[in-house]
Amino acid sequence: MARISAGLTTSHVPAIGAALDNGRSKEPYWVPVFEGYNWTKQWIASDMPDVVVLVYNDHATAFSSEIIPTFAIGCADDFAVADEGFGPRPVPTVIGHADLACHLAQSLILDEFDMTVVNKMDVDHGLTVPLSLVFGDCEKWPVRVVPIAVNVVQYPPPTGERCYKLGQAIRRAVEAYPEDLNVQVWGTGGMSHQLQGTRAGLINQPFDRSFLEAMSANPEGLRSISHLEYLREAGSEGIELVMWLIMRGALGEHVEELHRFYHVPASNTAVGHLVLVPADEKTEVRS
Amino acid sequence: MVDNSAFDDIPGTTVFTAERAHQGFPLNQFCMSLMKAENRARFKSDERAYLDEWPMSEGQKRAVLARDYNAMIAQGGNIYFLAKIFSSDGVSFQTAAASMTGMTVEEYAAMMLAGGRSPEGVRSKREGK
Repeated sequence: MARISAGLTTSHVPAIGAALDNGRSKEPYWVPVFEGYNWTKQWIASDMPDVVVLVYNDHATAFSSEIIPTFAIGCADDFAVADEGFGPRPVPTVIGHADLACHLAQSLILDEFDMTVVNKMDVDHGLTVPLSLVFGDCEKWPVRVVPIAVNVVQYPPPTGERCYKLGQAIRRAVEAYPEDLNVQVWGTGGMSHQLQGTRAGLINQPFDRSFLEAMSANPEGLRSISHLEYLREAGSEGIELVMWLIMRGALGEHVEELHRFYHVPASNTAVGHLVLVPADEKTEVRS
Repeated sequence: MVDNSAFDDIPGTTVFTAERAHQGFPLNQFCMSLMKAENRARFKSDERAYLDEWPMSEGQKRAVLARDYNAMIAQGGNIYFLAKIFSSDGVSFQTAAASMTGMTVEEYAAMMLAGGRSPEGVRSKREGK
């Protein structure tokens, strides 16, 4: 049976990809950002997942203003790296896991989450920057990826509560997949940032730090954060944090936090990164 | 009817609602076209002529020509679409963001290095907090 072995969250700032692609990762500005992922690189190499269910948002790349799916799942064999206006990032094509993705799509829809099925799509920095942060420069990605794209561009994005419940449904679906697969769920985006208007540059470190703390200690409290509160406290683009709750919902009630990293700034954004593992089984054994 | 008036209470922020997406549709779709190298080249060679191929308002076209991102957003543009314009220009997200704040690029970069813009005083116009 497939199982979810761990969850990871990370920001997906495009400038991080640009720094890597243009050989600027050793510059003093960027060194502290990449150092925050050194632990993760070693950890994941010791227990490499077969598949990452990677929750991200498309930044007006695969989905124009013509069609805006709230939740979309990529069921293709592979996903090309998008040209976002400056040429495609020089990173490997993303290899999918069509069989697991089709199973997830069917399971989730029958579980009342009306996913949009995508059989061809290019993936942008929202998906490739997290892969680069965790796997560095490589000729091919060491994992297969099932992309789950969440609309956070056009208001309203799904609520945090809905995202958390989708994560729970992803867990049920993964655990019903017959093949013995090691699956991780990644939630990307955030933390506080605003990229538009005279309020651009907003960063709310107290909000971010309490959000990081609550991801393991009190996820219940995060589920009810309203869109208005995200907009006010974490900036207009900080609302991406709802995607972290999909990952959190997929890990079950109790988790153990293995790694936490927070850094300001990367370009316009506060970078947050967590590695969590499910702890419900341990709890049951102890009780 | 949905009530989005609470969003107007957030200073310096435009929430990209379905209504704004409708108004900005031709502008945002023009931006999408810049994801192809040949379209970027055509746009660069004669920006006005390229814009005239799109059913955009005159105000939207003028805002693009002036690279006035606040004016584009006020006419239905969304920053993730507009990013295709400044990416085509070879301009970073930080430089584009700075241009919307009235700060110089250097002032904005210094603010970010110092921890970013505090939310104090810019959460709500009405409540002044």
